Amino acid sequence: MWHVEILDAKTKDKLCFLDKVRTFFFSSFIYNKFYVDVNPQWYPARQSIRLDPKGKSLKDEDVLQHLPVGTTATFYFRDLGAQISWVTVFLTEYTGPLVIYLMFYFRVPFIYAPKYDFTTSKHWVVHLACMCHSFHYVKRLLETLFVHRFSHGTMPLRNIFKNCTYYWGFAAWMAYYINHPLYTPPIYGEQQIRLALIIFLFCQIGNFSIHIALRNLRPPGSKTRKIPYPTKNPFTWIFLLVSCPNYTYELGSWLGFTVMTQCLPVAFFTLVGFIQMTVWAKGKHRSYLKEFRDYPPLRSPILPFIL
Amino acid sequence: MSAAAPGTSKAAHSDVAPKKKKGPGALATAYLVIYNVVMTAGWLVIAVGLVRAYLARGSYHGLYYSIEKPLNVCPLCHIPGIVPSSVVLTGFQVMSRVFLTWAVTHSVREVQSEDSVLLFVTAWTVTEIIRYSFYTFSLLNHLPYLIKWARYTFFIVLYPMGVTGELLTIYAALPYVQKTGLYSVTLPNKYNFSFDYYTFLILIMISYIPLFPQLYFHMIRQRKKVLGHVEDYSKVE
Repeated sequence: MWHVEILDAKTKDKLCFLDKVRTFFFSSFIYNKFYVDVNPQWYPARQSIRLDPKGKSLKDEDVLQHLPVGTTATFYFRDLGAQISWVTVFLTEYTGPLVIYLMFYFRVPFIYAPKYDFTTSKHWVVHLACMCHSFHYVKRLLETLFVHRFSHGTMPLRNIFKNCTYYWGFAAWMAYYINHPLYTPPIYGEQQIRLALIIFLFCQIGNFSIHIALRNLRPPGSKTRKIPYPTKNPFTWIFLLVSCPNYTYELGSWLGFTVMTQCLPVAFFTLVGFIQMTVWAKGKHRSYLKEFRDYPPLRSPILPFIL
Repeated sequence: MSAAAPGTSKAAHSDVAPKKKKGPGALATAYLVIYNVVMTAGWLVIAVGLVRAYLARGSYHGLYYSIEKPLNVCPLCHIPGIVPSSVVLTGFQVMSRVFLTWAVTHSVREVQSEDSVLLFVTAWTVTEIIRYSFYTFSLLNHLPYLIKWARYTFFIVLYPMGVTGELLTIYAALPYVQKTGLYSVTLPNKYNFSFDYYTFLILIMISYIPLFPQLYFHMIRQRKKVLGHVEDYSKVE
């Protein structure tokens, strides 16, 4: 049995003292006690309790007995700020582009000159682009609801404003030009559009295959982490060369969309997304390497052999 | 999970006061001193140029032309500089300087004879001379209180002065930008992209509203922190 004291990580004030904590308890016990005894504003998702003021948080499933502490354990608390669930953020940030793009596609009033209100483009590639864009975001919404398994339930509240500004802003910017009455279709015409569509569809299927493969690594309700490997699905064979092929395929999809629409704002969006995904992929790759000693050495974070 | 120090001891981590960190090595210090001296000299050249031209002409009209070249170069030299200030704030300031000199004043001939140009050039010149002298002396660990005081006091007047000059200059450039379509791209084109520099300039002007108070009050807070204390800090911000 233990005594547990919890100090504020910054001020080192004593916030909480728990007597007679049993060693086989999970950390989640501490989180809940803290929430009930100390400050009901600090719900568990918002707490970060750690052994070291600057260290990583204790996870709910950590067993107290296995922590490197003596009979009186000192932990440090940090308030992570208001939290919001991943699912909520994803649904909001993906619904925006879907709706916004369609508003431009149908040329809702006050966007273009009044004589174009509710008209449709005469270029069939514009209709195709609308279908592809909408399909992409519907796919993302469905994946959020039925496929993804999140290891961390929440993120800071301010992220929803940041993320929505990004997605919604770029969607509006791209949609404005693609659906513009003065839109110029691709230079190489049919060939270019067909090639781009093939790339786009291939990468959409690939991205979906990876999401399914990642989901199957983790039984429902668990937070286990395993090395992903190629499965019978040929779209997953890219795991041989890449740690985060979902990002690789996502890049491919947007490159396809760029070529299909021949629109500079789409190219910018692809570039910015690529930069962000590369940062994420490198981080994920690094944590794979740290966690698994037998991690396949041939893999790169996002681009085979390159990046 | 953190495998760090056992949780039994009270915070054994030393309370490192942020200002007492290990300074740069001898070579780095030498480079920084030279850099800061050169920057001080650069802005002094502009200051001297302005004063001489004013004395020669007897009026302050059209003084821009006498310092056009060094004025366009100095802000660019800020870019590779390493200064002990927040990257975001400094980066921001450098960008706005380069923007004003190249993308506005240099690009739009008609505003070059405006008095507002002189207003911001004067504000920048005085500010930068003091600021770079401040950095130079700080590096040499021999900072006269006067320089420190000047750095954290003059801005109270110079900052609003500079901002006023900048805004008036951008505003003066607007009609010419609209008429000539400077730096603007219109539809239709094969990249399906457009850019209206006129609108962009207006947005820049609007952005001063949230940004200027933040920067200004940041300096005021710094002033209280720095000048309100007796001890001399070698690095601040």
